[in-house]
Amino acid sequence: MSSPEPILEMRGISKTFPGVRALSDVQLTIYPGEIHALMGENGAGKSTLMKVLAGAYQADPGGEIRIDGKPVTIDGPLAAKAHGIAIIYQELALAPNLTVAENIHLGMEISRHGMIDRQAMAEACSEVLKRLGATFGPRTLVADLSIAERQLVEIARAVHARSRILVMDEPTTALSSRETDRLFALVRQLRAEGLAIIYISHRMAEVYELSDRVSVLRDGTYVGTLGRDEIRPDTIVRMMVGRDLSSFYKKDHTAGVRNAPVLEVRNVGDGTRVRGCSFTLHAGEVLGLAGLVGAGRTELARLIYGADRRTSGEIVVGGRPVDIRRPQDAIDAGLVYLTEDRKAQGLFLDMTVAENLNLGVIGRDARAGVLNRSKARWRAERAIKSLAIRVASPEVTVGSLSGGNQQKVLLSRLLETEPRVLILDEPTRGVDIGAKSEIYRIIDQLAKSGVGVLVISSELPEIVGIADRVLVMREGEIAGEVGGDTGLAITQENIIALATGVDRALMAAE
Amino acid sequence: MSAAEEAALATHRRIMLQGLVRTVGMLPVLVILCILIHLLTIYVAGEGRFLTAQNLSIVAQQASINTVLAAGMTFVILTGGIDLSVGSILAASAMIAVIASQDFGNLGVPAAMATGLFFGLVNGALIAFVRLPPFIVTLGSLTAVRGIARLLGNDTTVFNPELPFAFIGNGSLVLVPGVIAIPWLAVIAMAVILASWFILRRTVLGVHIYAVGGNADAARLSGIKVWAVLLFVYAVSGLLAGLGGVMSAARLYAANGLQLGQSYELDAIAAVILGGTSFVGGIGSIWGTLIGALIIAVLSNGLILLGVSDIWQFIIKGLVIIGAVALDRFRLQGSART
Repeated sequence: MSSPEPILEMRGISKTFPGVRALSDVQLTIYPGEIHALMGENGAGKSTLMKVLAGAYQADPGGEIRIDGKPVTIDGPLAAKAHGIAIIYQELALAPNLTVAENIHLGMEISRHGMIDRQAMAEACSEVLKRLGATFGPRTLVADLSIAERQLVEIARAVHARSRILVMDEPTTALSSRETDRLFALVRQLRAEGLAIIYISHRMAEVYELSDRVSVLRDGTYVGTLGRDEIRPDTIVRMMVGRDLSSFYKKDHTAGVRNAPVLEVRNVGDGTRVRGCSFTLHAGEVLGLAGLVGAGRTELARLIYGADRRTSGEIVVGGRPVDIRRPQDAIDAGLVYLTEDRKAQGLFLDMTVAENLNLGVIGRDARAGVLNRSKARWRAERAIKSLAIRVASPEVTVGSLSGGNQQKVLLSRLLETEPRVLILDEPTRGVDIGAKSEIYRIIDQLAKSGVGVLVISSELPEIVGIADRVLVMREGEIAGEVGGDTGLAITQENIIALATGVDRALMAAE
Repeated sequence: MSAAEEAALATHRRIMLQGLVRTVGMLPVLVILCILIHLLTIYVAGEGRFLTAQNLSIVAQQASINTVLAAGMTFVILTGGIDLSVGSILAASAMIAVIASQDFGNLGVPAAMATGLFFGLVNGALIAFVRLPPFIVTLGSLTAVRGIARLLGNDTTVFNPELPFAFIGNGSLVLVPGVIAIPWLAVIAMAVILASWFILRRTVLGVHIYAVGGNADAARLSGIKVWAVLLFVYAVSGLLAGLGGVMSAARLYAANGLQLGQSYELDAIAAVILGGTSFVGGIGSIWGTLIGALIIAVLSNGLILLGVSDIWQFIIKGLVIIGAVALDRFRLQGSART
């Protein structure tokens, strides 16, 4: 089905960020008229590779990009566009306050005598919209469209710009199953028209149904490409995972699976992104919460913590039902939450280490609302010592610290409240390797001291390395559990199988 | 000493220096301004008229009302908000103070402050509970409360020549008879600054104010009652505007709903910004605000002493505010956001 001449060849692409090698000698070959799936775990380098293709990033010298066999330089988004490359990101890049026609023509408006010609623009895109099966007209305001319709506008924009290579990054994340079917039909139609489509997705079923070939990335390297006949979920999973467990995962605590429950979550949901989630966390247990990005893990954690409004379910902490309506209720019950975005939602970057670290307990330590400064200083010094936070003084602002030390400051703010339940959302994101292993050590120590720890992580080796039991979420629900009494081993394969919805029988057959 | 330790020490020194620069803030500008104006009065009038006990007492008096308003404004701006209504609230409170004093004497003082507190609470409730933007809410109350102030006196000037608390506006606290006397207005302003400092730096509430201004999302997630903090700061701003109304009425034995307090909010905001408080919230100090208010008062007083016309006073004041903040920005490049 592939024609002999590739439309796009990327060879030897590397991309280094300060301190991180995001891509290393990656290759990708795409033929016209094919749907080529690009797969890999979170952080495998898919987005980085596509950003290189889009001109958003410059690859390190040494790599080569060929289009129609000719070497090209893509030094910016305009160059990418000129070469016929269009990318539809997960976060759609449309101006909601403009009409469909205006969005399709964004940056290439039709004008007459220096005045914008809306009539001509509307006519120009009504044909494209019709061909793509749109049920709305070119003069509709984008704000009035659904997510699926907006996606169609983006596709129309790409088609209208005569793009020949279309990259779609997780296009179905926000779509219903009927909308997904319609999108698939459209993607196949574009393929029939000779476009090359690079399809990034986590969902095995989609990839299996849609793609002609699959390329897999892992840890920023190219693992391989499978042809249509070789595409099998278990093979892909193995290609995506296949790495050794690093030795730095500490597990000194004895798995507290059989201890008394410290947190019972029953049928918790918000009506949309999280539905009917139930689980139990025991004292001294490290419970992993895995799932793909967008599966609803953070949303579930925020519901439990009272950061977002819960529409159903109940929460029992330490055997006592607690009506958690706001974070303060959770904190009072001994349940604390470490946000996944420490800069935007966790730390006060302009405030000092000591202030940040004491924030959760200043109310408790205060006498008649007046700060207890000696207690605060004592706590700061103790935390800096016990968590090995590297700072010149407790009085420096948190914004000046490295990611790992910032994370430890945030963690110690939670620990100062002496919680019974700790929910850690991506505790090692953006943290260097040394701080990572220290954070694992801290988690291990906490479990040893009887705290129940729920760890949300997108890094599978991390989850496998530190958790006693793992819950896996898929599309807002808890899809299953591995470890503990389930009889299923905590392996990356088992977790991915649950997270992507691959039939377990298929996995076992291999 | 290892290289790492040296680097840590260097960082430590840099941070300490930045802290010092931030604390001292605009003080050098104030000092230079005082000396410059004094020298200019010598040049223009043949004798130094600025740095005299009598004139400094006048400056302190002139600075006091703005200092009180600016203290309230500091609370608000530290949370990332703004209160445009303080001038109007001051006018309404002054009207209440004078009107109430005609029948109830000294009760005019608490009545005026309660008025200010009430309007502040209304602002705060709309911002904290209805979640309207502070700029819009207080722009609305700037206009509405001005109308109320005019309504209170049927759009006339209200007098009370027997005002029982007039000493506040015109008397002094005599420390050493004949030598040191501090105007009561200045004493009140200083007390407000000290109380503000205490709340901001020594109480849980103060930390929460900085936290809400620094990162409202994080504040909410840490269990801080963001609504309570917002309600508090606008209430304080209103209360202090009410106090400003008392001070103003005490000075004049009268109040006029139309003219009193016009554009006072701008002077208060200017004082806060001159004091180095960040407009986006989370950074700033009450001492900076005091210095900012003094700069404005010194400038007004000095220009009058020098016989500069009213029109040029406006132009020069505006330019000095912009210049001083630009200078500050330049000095703290990279480390501060205004």
